Amino acid sequence: MLRYIGRRLLQLIPVLLGMTFIVFLIIRAIPGDPAQVILGQQATKEAVAALRASLGLDNPWYIQYFHYLGDLITGDLGESMRTKTPVADELWPYLAATLELSLCAMILAVIIGVNAGIISAWFQNSWFDYAAMIIALIGVSMPIFWLGLMGQWIFGIQLDFLPTSGREDPRNPVNPITSLYLIDTLIQGRFDQFIVVLQHLILPALALATIPMAIIARMTRSSMLEVMRSDYVRTARSKGQKMFFVVYKHALKNAIIPVLTVIGLQTGLLLGGAILTETIFSWPGIGRYIYDAIGFRDYPVIQSGILIVAFIFIMINLVVDILYSIIDPRIKYN
Amino acid sequence: MERKELLQVKGLETTFFTEDGAIPAVDNIDFSLREGEILGIVGESGCGKSVTSLSIMGLVPSPPGKVTNGEILLEGTDLAKFSDKEMRKIRGKEVAMIFQEPMTSLNPLFTIGNQLTEAILIHNKKWSKKKAEERAIEMMKLVGLPRSEELLKEYPHQLSGGMRQRVMIAMALVCDPKILIADEPTTALDVTIQAQILQLMRDLNKRLNTAVMLITHDLGVVAETCERVVVMYSGQIVEEGPVDLIFKDPQHPYTKGLIQSVPDMRFKKDRLYSIRGNVPKPGSIKQGCRFAARCEWAHERCLQENPTLYQTGEHHKTRCFLVSGKEAHIDDRAIVESK
Repeated sequence: MLRYIGRRLLQLIPVLLGMTFIVFLIIRAIPGDPAQVILGQQATKEAVAALRASLGLDNPWYIQYFHYLGDLITGDLGESMRTKTPVADELWPYLAATLELSLCAMILAVIIGVNAGIISAWFQNSWFDYAAMIIALIGVSMPIFWLGLMGQWIFGIQLDFLPTSGREDPRNPVNPITSLYLIDTLIQGRFDQFIVVLQHLILPALALATIPMAIIARMTRSSMLEVMRSDYVRTARSKGQKMFFVVYKHALKNAIIPVLTVIGLQTGLLLGGAILTETIFSWPGIGRYIYDAIGFRDYPVIQSGILIVAFIFIMINLVVDILYSIIDPRIKYN
Repeated sequence: MERKELLQVKGLETTFFTEDGAIPAVDNIDFSLREGEILGIVGESGCGKSVTSLSIMGLVPSPPGKVTNGEILLEGTDLAKFSDKEMRKIRGKEVAMIFQEPMTSLNPLFTIGNQLTEAILIHNKKWSKKKAEERAIEMMKLVGLPRSEELLKEYPHQLSGGMRQRVMIAMALVCDPKILIADEPTTALDVTIQAQILQLMRDLNKRLNTAVMLITHDLGVVAETCERVVVMYSGQIVEEGPVDLIFKDPQHPYTKGLIQSVPDMRFKKDRLYSIRGNVPKPGSIKQGCRFAARCEWAHERCLQENPTLYQTGEHHKTRCFLVSGKEAHIDDRAIVESK
């Protein structure tokens, strides 16, 4: 097992290397020049040229790329062209905001989605099954921005009991330690702030959870339906086992593997692709961070941001693969 | 020696409600299982043997299946009237079941120990896990599984087919049930293992005095293992009686056909005998004897009327007009219509 994990981690190197190369080229293919953006439309040609030279942008692209790689190997993610602070320092609060939001969303999606799928399969063709699957169908087809805006309008404006933007009350900001505010407020014993942070999380987390929840519910249902017809489920019933345990012990463990794949992929997508939700809810997350950096052609931030997101994505998939072998003793790596 | 009737099935009717209408998979069958005996239920696939056993267990896939009529009396109590909650106390404790495919009947993701102790812990709430494991080990030894302590921690895929079927048998007998229903327990196994498993079932039947209902399509298995046999065809019982009598002197054309279809090594034949035609779709024959279309002796009456089970011997019943017609010619057998 350890050897397998080691091998997978080694495989990370070429994947990430290839990724840095592609991202490096693509962002330089976007029209626009960082120096021009920083200095504005009125800047003189000389000033722009001087800034380009100081940012190292006057070198040929392959020289720039090797500089970037060299820095990366020593653990240096570079410096933001815009703010002049190291990306490594700047990145974490944004990443933490995204982690907090997407993990909450995934927990919601998994708990509700998996259970809805199980109950739908258990009581196939019941009213619950039909209702859950219609809602799931609506869920997958719902544009997330529309859902977000509707949530804001209904719960934020009409009913006025949930905040519609940001992570915290700006008049009463959280003192960041880990930048995961739910944890920070708990560590500091600020339960009043914990509640506020939680309230801020609800709408964006729900909006973000909708699509994965629907996908997970449908996946769980079809996987469970298949397993429920299997011989070992009948065996479990023939022992006098309660239906609840037949379903949640014998069937679920067998049905969960394809669902786990979907959960892994969706978690990865949320971490990297929550830009829409983060924009609608003014959530200071990594998606917005990269998006803003693209606007400013802030190459180091874009490169490093995407690198981190890709790294997390791959790690999640590794964790999912390891979970397979924990759940199913027949799956052996090596 | 007359033994007490443990299980009596009376007028059992199990219907599947499908889009093509209600299909009676089991149609008004009566039989009984006596204490400590091995009863064979024989028939081609689709004749209702498995549905009969699932009906007794209360495990008919529902929807679309449902026991629509009849009684299933276990020592006098009617299981057909039981709720699922009441049936859970019967399953595994009073009546246990083993299935055809030992490969797929064990849950691949739980250890043998977990699956063996499951039934014990369901039916003996106060037992500790350790005590249950000891009981499991005792059962494993009884069914001839080697290195039982280690096996507890292993998974089904690490075992051979024969071992898995032994695990299934141990699992079924772990709560000391009165009745063991074995649905084609040897069909998926190769011949040498088949013989071992049958031998094991005979031994356990003797030793534990568990009554066994052995469902099979293999007459060889019946001849080797059972005392009495019920022959089913298209959801009905067509012949019932002691095994030696039925093999020596089958009355129903279907039983005759089945026995003739068994290859006999003593005679070299170019072509093996087979009953012509196929098993009719359940519910497709509304009028007349269900076997008439495939029967060599069918006459006008067989297509018009459905024969009832005729008592053709003290313990022998047959559903065929031939035996009712024969009554005048056979002097040593009193033929009485059972209904």
